[in-house]
Amino acid sequence: MDIVGNVLPQVLKDEATEDKGEMARLQSFVGAIAVADLVKTTLGPKGMDKILKPTGPGQEMSHITVTNDGATILKSMYVENPAAKILIEISKTQDEEVGDGTTTVAVLAGELLREGEKLIQKRIHPQHVIAGWRIARDIALKRLRDISTENDINSQEFHDDLVKIARTTLSSKLITSDRDYFADLCVNAVLRLKGSSNLDYIQIIKLPGGTIRDSYLDDGFILKKQITIGCKRRIENAKILVANTAMDYDKIKIYGTKVKVNSMDKVAEIEAAEKEKMKHKVDKILKYQPTVFVNRQLIYNYPEQLLADAGITVIEHADFEGMERVAAATGAEILSTFDAPERSEQILGHCDLIEEIMIGEEKMIKFSGCKKNEACTIVLRGASTHILDEVDRSIHDALCVLITTVKNRRVVWGGGNSEMQMAAACEEEAKKVQGKQAFAIEAFAKALRQIPTIICDNGGYDSAELIQNFKVELQKGNITYGLNMTDGTIGNMSELGVKECLRVKEQALLAASEAAELIMRVDNIVKCAPRKRERA
Amino acid sequence: MSLAFDDYGRPYIILREQGSKKRMKGLEAYKSNILAAKAIANTLSSSLGPKGMDKMLVSADGDVSVTNDGATIVEKMEIQHPTAKLLVELSQSQDAEIGDGTTGVVVLAGKLLEQALTLLDKGIHPLKISDGFDRACDVAIKHLDQIAEEIDIQQNDHEALIQAACTALGSKVVSKRKRELGKIAVTAVLDVADLTRKDVNLDLIKIQTKTGGSVEDTRLISGILIDKDMSHPQMKKEVTDAKICLLTCPFEPPKPKTKHNINISNAEDYKKLYQQEQQYFVDMVKLVKNSGANIALCQWGFDDEANHLLLQNELPAVRWVSGTDVELIAMATGARIIPRFQEITPQKLGKAGSIREVQFGTSNERMLVIENCQCTKAVTILIRGGSQMIVDEAKRSIHDAICVIRNLIKDNRIVYGGGSAELACALQVLQYADEVSSVEQYAVRSFADALEGIPNCLADNCGLNPITSVAQAKSRQLAEKNPRIGIDCMELGTSDMKEQKIYETLSSKKQQIQLATQVVKMILKIDDVIAPDDY
Repeated sequence: MDIVGNVLPQVLKDEATEDKGEMARLQSFVGAIAVADLVKTTLGPKGMDKILKPTGPGQEMSHITVTNDGATILKSMYVENPAAKILIEISKTQDEEVGDGTTTVAVLAGELLREGEKLIQKRIHPQHVIAGWRIARDIALKRLRDISTENDINSQEFHDDLVKIARTTLSSKLITSDRDYFADLCVNAVLRLKGSSNLDYIQIIKLPGGTIRDSYLDDGFILKKQITIGCKRRIENAKILVANTAMDYDKIKIYGTKVKVNSMDKVAEIEAAEKEKMKHKVDKILKYQPTVFVNRQLIYNYPEQLLADAGITVIEHADFEGMERVAAATGAEILSTFDAPERSEQILGHCDLIEEIMIGEEKMIKFSGCKKNEACTIVLRGASTHILDEVDRSIHDALCVLITTVKNRRVVWGGGNSEMQMAAACEEEAKKVQGKQAFAIEAFAKALRQIPTIICDNGGYDSAELIQNFKVELQKGNITYGLNMTDGTIGNMSELGVKECLRVKEQALLAASEAAELIMRVDNIVKCAPRKRERA
Repeated sequence: MSLAFDDYGRPYIILREQGSKKRMKGLEAYKSNILAAKAIANTLSSSLGPKGMDKMLVSADGDVSVTNDGATIVEKMEIQHPTAKLLVELSQSQDAEIGDGTTGVVVLAGKLLEQALTLLDKGIHPLKISDGFDRACDVAIKHLDQIAEEIDIQQNDHEALIQAACTALGSKVVSKRKRELGKIAVTAVLDVADLTRKDVNLDLIKIQTKTGGSVEDTRLISGILIDKDMSHPQMKKEVTDAKICLLTCPFEPPKPKTKHNINISNAEDYKKLYQQEQQYFVDMVKLVKNSGANIALCQWGFDDEANHLLLQNELPAVRWVSGTDVELIAMATGARIIPRFQEITPQKLGKAGSIREVQFGTSNERMLVIENCQCTKAVTILIRGGSQMIVDEAKRSIHDAICVIRNLIKDNRIVYGGGSAELACALQVLQYADEVSSVEQYAVRSFADALEGIPNCLADNCGLNPITSVAQAKSRQLAEKNPRIGIDCMELGTSDMKEQKIYETLSSKKQQIQLATQVVKMILKIDDVIAPDDY
């Protein structure tokens, strides 16, 4: 019914709902803040983990995940609130773009909205709030870029920076006690890529057993496969032929072929011809004179035997990624036809030693001393698959951050330093701006300051006290100070070696303010009637 | 219910299954229709103007989109009411024809219907109302032509076009970067525009989205971006001075369309067939290579063996390129689309300065950029943003801006925004009203009131007092004989829209008024709604 009392006709479908104005805004705020609060406790070095348990029947549903990674938590959650979905979306984008800061971005957007809600209650129009936020964002971004420093890519300082960044990233994860060890490990792995940003070349193998400390970086390349029975287990100076070709039943690809014979002899003949064809292929492969043959597809017994007879070690059914890595590491070309043996020098990959090794209980093939040294393997060990999965995610985060740093090279101080500096810049600006926007700029500063506050709270420290002291230190001009979360004091970050990657902070700031703006601009939520699902 | 009786007093049925139908007649039907249409217009009205708000729409599957674009909002609302659906179509036809002003048209229709309702209450016949609206519409359109100004789109580095694009982008979430995005849109359109024919083929502007970064990172690529990578991981990632062979046949043995069987009856046949198959691959690659091509783009898939032969012959190749991309590449690089290997000739190859693979973020997503094409008549706008929703909304906004620029190239007459054009028309219509001697006079006057509704709504959304600001603007228009006085939405301190540089295309404004009037006339002609009961 409208205000005059006319009965309004139903315009939308049954079960569809439309919320307007205050109601719509309230819904957005509640949803977004709830999601932010949910991941808030995982923030910082003293953040806690979450257990994610899938619902529903089935065996795989009983597999739980223990994690500290914001993106993983948010991705696995099922939420209905549309504003909450936006927060989850930005967290996912952060994960894809820079790999870390996934919790920060959701929390920052949530805090912005929490402050925004207060302004709305003060009867400030959302568009004014947005106008203020936009000013604040630019100021914050400028300050963030100003305080960042850059080191030459080949210098020792840059290398130290990388280790520090990796350590900072890992300190909020499960492996925080071994962070120095893993930081070195990640930095070495990333530096091997020599500036390329292809994470594929860093392989992570997870094997339950041993302790986290037993994890190591293998400069060679490890393929999770076994050498076929009857072949040599150790090959020195291997020449490797990497192929993607059918070695099982090599059918003719011309469409519509069909074998139609009228006697048993003919069947035998064709069988012989088929066999000959395979033999022919093997012969062609042999012309390349490899000592190791790696194929993506299955290899049947017959060609396998032929190859083994020629003294070639055969590795079959390597997955596609594995193949690409073998090819990249050994400098081999992936072959599907075998008609150019004269090019064998360029085509064959090379490595000093291939051997079958045992890690834990599993047999694997290790390629060491490869021609191109880009690829490497991180072997993770740990007490359970849950731990391994979490360590995998942590290492992945660290690697992503390091790769981003190698690309961007700019770093800022950690320990909440950058957020506090940005907040300070916004507050200075707020004093100069005329009009209602100033409130929004102040709100932006408050939201930024919430990040170190939450980190303190999660560590069980007196956040109000610490943050105020922190502000004072910055005011005094000690611009490298930050939160020392091991002692619960304010310390000099350059002494503690806590650094963060500028790109991660930048992306978090941009994405969070964009998302908050998007949600703030909404004054109407229309939900369509949910699609009816037929029960199968 | 309508029940008729024959001579013997027996009832007979007019409508099949009449009991299960819902029927509304006469005044009841008019009112219900108008109220339904008004409900839609009300929802949209808060999105109008530079300070308009967005709508959050949740689809049946739970996907969220946030938008300010009228056409998108009404489309995603899944409206079921038959009359309300007419408004959805109204918005969509404005979108298809003009591309911008999709919110304004619905709001105007809503205002007209509101006026019609009061006229109906006065007891004026609906047809008289629609006649009056029709006449008023003609007057308004004529007046628009009079107050329209021609602008020089070339002047001052296409400043006018950029301003028009900024006006279109001003109401969107990307408004912070409206200047940058406006420039991108203008450059994109001018790159592909045919200024002699005054025509723009919008198909040549490809809008590619990619989450990550921020809206500022949106950029224009004078070339084509395709979401594909090389078919073999070891192929060269960059080709300079590319000669492109554009194929629509797979690197596979041919598959004739007629059903056939090749019977192998002895070993000889088998061997022969095998050799033939091998020969196919060699021939195909040779044909491509011999033509002088150094990259092959194919709409279809590759066989593993062919793929490797391509690598061996140092011929980078891309497979599964979508049909629209193939056409775009053909236009940009001057390549002919080749449907058979036998027909490859050096003349049919396209040329581009470089083709290279670019990578985004930490995930393994790569795209191919084709730059410096021979006939640079295709461009790509790569939109970045913090989340899928922002990227989607930015895409819609840029589409609007592009449409506005295209319309200006087609017809360089503009009117000024900020509700000034509507106000000027309203004044003209009001003047005309007194000349009408019949009942229509009231309808004409109401039309003027409805037109005033637009600046009213603008002022409302900007937090100004709608009645005072509209009254002020109106009196100033009359006093200064200046049709450019509108509502100062951005609080810049001037109401002259020429100074604020708020440009709208004449074609868009005309179309808005005409379409809205037409739909309102249509709704006013409905006096009987018959629908299934469960509808």
